[in-house]
Amino acid sequence: MKISFILNGEKTTLEAAPDCRVVDLLREQLQLTGTKEACGSGECGACTIRIDGQTRLSCLLLAAQLEGRIVQTIEGLASGDRLHPVQEAFVAAGAIQCGFCTPGMALTAADLIEHGRAGSVKEIREGISGNLCRCTGYQKIVEAVQLAVEKTGKAPQR
Amino acid sequence: MIDANPILHVGRSIPRADAAEKALGREKFAADHYGENLLWAGVRRAGIPHGRLRSIEADEARRLPGVLAVLTHADVKGSNRQGVIRKDQPVLVDDKIRHCGDALALVVAESRRALTRALSLVGFDHEPLQAVFDPEDALVDSAPRIHEDAADGNVLLAGAVRTGRGAAALDQCDVVAEARFDLPMQEHAYLETEAGRAILNESGVLEIVVSTQTPFRDRAEVAEALGIDAERIRIIAPYCGGAFGGKDGISVQSLLGLAASRFPGRPIKMWWSREESFLSSPKRHAARLYYRLGAMRDGRLHALDVRAYYDTGPYDHLGGVVMALGLEHAGGPYRIANVSLKGWAVYTNNPIGGAFRGFGVPQVTAAMEQMLDRIAEKLELSPLELRLRNAVRQRDKNPVGVTLSTSTGLVDCLKTLETHPAWTTATAWKAAAGPHRMRGVGIACVMHAMGYGPLVPDTANAKIELTPEGRFRIYCGVVDMGQGNISTYLQIAGDILSQDMDHMEPVLPDTEKTLPCGSASASRTTYTFGNALIEAAGLLRQRIIERAAGLLMAPADDKVVLIPGAVRHLPTGRDIPLADLARRLGTAERTATGRFRAPTAKEVVTDDPSLRLHGMAHLLFSYGAHLAGVEIDTLTGRVDVCRYLAVTDCGRLINPQLFEQQIHGGIAQGLGYALYEQFIADKGRILTPDLTTYIIPSALDVPEMMSVAIEQPEHTGPFGLKGAGEIAVDGPLPAVANAVADACGRPFHTFPLTAERVLDSLSREKQDGGYRR
Repeated sequence: MKISFILNGEKTTLEAAPDCRVVDLLREQLQLTGTKEACGSGECGACTIRIDGQTRLSCLLLAAQLEGRIVQTIEGLASGDRLHPVQEAFVAAGAIQCGFCTPGMALTAADLIEHGRAGSVKEIREGISGNLCRCTGYQKIVEAVQLAVEKTGKAPQR
Repeated sequence: MIDANPILHVGRSIPRADAAEKALGREKFAADHYGENLLWAGVRRAGIPHGRLRSIEADEARRLPGVLAVLTHADVKGSNRQGVIRKDQPVLVDDKIRHCGDALALVVAESRRALTRALSLVGFDHEPLQAVFDPEDALVDSAPRIHEDAADGNVLLAGAVRTGRGAAALDQCDVVAEARFDLPMQEHAYLETEAGRAILNESGVLEIVVSTQTPFRDRAEVAEALGIDAERIRIIAPYCGGAFGGKDGISVQSLLGLAASRFPGRPIKMWWSREESFLSSPKRHAARLYYRLGAMRDGRLHALDVRAYYDTGPYDHLGGVVMALGLEHAGGPYRIANVSLKGWAVYTNNPIGGAFRGFGVPQVTAAMEQMLDRIAEKLELSPLELRLRNAVRQRDKNPVGVTLSTSTGLVDCLKTLETHPAWTTATAWKAAAGPHRMRGVGIACVMHAMGYGPLVPDTANAKIELTPEGRFRIYCGVVDMGQGNISTYLQIAGDILSQDMDHMEPVLPDTEKTLPCGSASASRTTYTFGNALIEAAGLLRQRIIERAAGLLMAPADDKVVLIPGAVRHLPTGRDIPLADLARRLGTAERTATGRFRAPTAKEVVTDDPSLRLHGMAHLLFSYGAHLAGVEIDTLTGRVDVCRYLAVTDCGRLINPQLFEQQIHGGIAQGLGYALYEQFIADKGRILTPDLTTYIIPSALDVPEMMSVAIEQPEHTGPFGLKGAGEIAVDGPLPAVANAVADACGRPFHTFPLTAERVLDSLSREKQDGGYRR
C-alpha cells in the first residue's frame, strides 16, 4: 500500500506492505539504521522513534500506522552535523559505551526535556526506565540529561 | 569552558572518539550491514536437550517459494567442529543434540518472511536420550555421557591446587565456617544480538562482517570448520553493540560462511532474535561451591578448603579456562598458608557456559567474601578489620602460591574505604531505616587477573601510519565492544605524538588490514595493545623529528617538537605541516609497528600441565574494595541498593571518564547478578526466554554509584595502567549479600536475592522467633 508521512522534516511517500513493521521499514527500505532493534517485543526501547512529538516503539508499529504522521528518528535529531544538545551532552558526559541503546535513549531524553519531565534525578530515571542499557549503569546517562537540561535552559514545568 | 579539541594528554577525561557518530545513529554496527540483492539466513534449532539425530526433514521447506537452500551437516566440508580449546561444538549437528539451542539446519531465503516460514517447516527425527542437568549428578559413573568420545566422561577439565598442609590444617584452626553456595547462570543481554553479513566476493574471498570479540581466532575457526583456506577468509569487526564475553568465540560466523559459499556474489545476513540469542549463546557458568574456611583467634586466616563445580553445558566454549581462573581466585586476595582448591568444569545438557565479564571469578568471590563475614562474626571482629589483617601486600604470596611482585594496592583500597563517608556513617544510616524497613551495610574485596596466563602467548601488534594528509592512523587489532579501548589507543598515541583528536583516526579490526592482537577479553585490551602502541608511536615520533630536523637543518633535539598537524622548530617558530613531511617520506617510512608480549608468572604453582595450559597462574592483578548499603522491605522482601562505593586499584588512569564507565557498568551488571537476573533452564528448556522474563536492571534499579581510584602505577603497564574491564563485576553480589545478612541477621546461599527468596527466609525466621534486630 501507499503511505505518506513526514520523515525527519521531509514529505515521504512510499510503497510498503501494510503489515511491515516500522522498524524494518526504516532500517531496510529507508536505510535509516540509526533506529536499533534489540528485543522486538517492546521491552528494551532501542527502537524508540517519535511520532507527532511522542516517543513510540517502532518494533510494535506497522507501516500503515505512519499514514499522515510526523515521524522523527535519531537521524533527524541533529541539525545536519550539528549535534542536538542532548547528543552533545551524551558525548561530553560519557553516557555512551557500546552505543546500541544510544539512539533510543537520546530520543527519549530529548522528549523528556521538551515536555519538562527532566526536573529531578528521580524524574529522569523514571523517564528513561523503559530504555534498557547494559553498559553504563545509567549514571552517566542521567548526568547527561541533567547537562542537557542546563544547556537548553528548559525549566521543568511544574 | 571545555576545550573542544584538546591535545590528547594521558590522564585527562577526553570524550570518546566514537561517541558522536554513535549519538547521531551513524555508526554502522554489524547488525546494520545489509546490501543489494540481500539474502537472509537462519537456523532451525533443536528445542530438545539430548537426543540422537536420525534425519532432518526439509523437503517441504525447500519447496517454499523464496527459499534457496536448506543446508545440513552433510553440506559442511570441513571438520564441522568449533571451539577454542576443545573443538567439540558442531556448526550443524551431525550425530547428537546436546542442548536445546543446538543448530540442526541452515535455511537461506530471499526474504525474512520466507525464512521464518521455512524454519517452521523444517522437521527432524531423533532418538531421545536420557539427559543430565546437574554438574554433580553428571560426574557419577552412571550419568548419561554428553560426548561419548571424551576420555574423562563428563569432566571437561578438573584441577587441584594445594599449598601448605591443605585442608588438613583446618583442624588447627580456632574457628571454622562452612557453607555451600549456588550461583545462577547469567545472560549477557548485550543490546545488539548476534549479527553478521557475509559475501563470497569476486576474488573468491569470503568476507564476513560480524559482531565479535575475536576476529583473528574466528578466521582460523571458520577455516577449519568449513574446510576453507584461512587466506581466503576476511573477518571485519565493527564496534560491537555490547559483548561482555558473549562474543568471545563463534556465533554466526561459520553459518554465514557456509551460506555465502553457496551463493557467490550475494550478501547474506543473519541476525538472531532476542529469543534465539538467549537460547543458543553462552551464559555465565552456574556454579556450586563448597567452602570451609578456618582462622586463628588472632584473626589470621589459616586454612581453606574449596570444591567448585562449574556447569559448562554441553560444550567447552572456554569453560575449562573459566573454571581454572575461578580456582585461581577462589581464596581471594588474602594470605592463607594452607589451601586446598579443587575444581571441575562439567558437561551437562543445560545451556552453554562460557565467557562472561569476570570469567569464573564472580562465582568464587561471591562465596569467599561471604565466608570472610562468617569468620568475622565468629571472631567478633569487624568485617573490615578481618580483611585488613589478611589482605595481600606486594611480595606476599596469594592463595595459589604466586609471589605478588607487581603492584598490589588492596590495603590502600581498604583504608580509603575505611575513611569514606559511606563507611563512617554506616551505623547512623542503618539506624535511620523507616517502618517495615531494615538496612544493612556489607563490604567485599575483589581481585582480578589480567591476560592469558603462563603458556598461551599474550601478545599484541600495533601499527601506526602518518597518512599523506598529515594525520595519524592507528591500526587497532583488538575489538572495541563498547569499552572505549580504541579511543584510549588514540589517546595514548596522541599523547606521545602531541596530537588532538582531529589528527587521529582508527582502523577497526579487520584481518586484512590490522595485525593480530588476540581477543578483546581478560582485562588485557588496553594493557597489551597499549604497550605495543607505545613502542610503535615512539618509533614513528623519533623518525618524524629526525626527518624534520634534517629539513630544518637543525640538530635533532628537544627544540624540534610535534604539535597538532605539524612539526615546530621552537627557536625559529617555523612549522612543517605533517602533510608536507608525509610526502617526503616513503610509504614504508610513514609506518611503524610495535609488539608486546605480557609478562607471566615465573613460579610454577601447579605441576598439572592442563591447568597451566588453561591459564594457571597469573602475575598481574587489579584489586578493589566494594561497599553496598541495602534496604529491605520486610513486607515484600524487596532489596534496594541505596548506596554503592567501589574503590579500585587499576594502576594509573589514562582516561578517568572511561575508567568510571567500566566501573559503573560492572557494578550494574553485578547488581543484576545479585538481585534480579535468574536465568532458568528447567530440564534444559529455558523458562526465561526474553527480556520480559529475564530481568536486567533498569535506571530505577541502579543507585548512584561512587567510584574512587587508587592510582598506584604498575610499572609494566602502559603509562602505569592495569586492566579495569572486569573487576567491578566481581564485587556487587558478595557486598550486597553481606549487607543483606547484616540487615536481617541471616546469611543467604542461593542467588539471586529475589524478593521471593528474601521474603521466604524472613517469614521462616519470624516463625523461629523474630528478627535479630
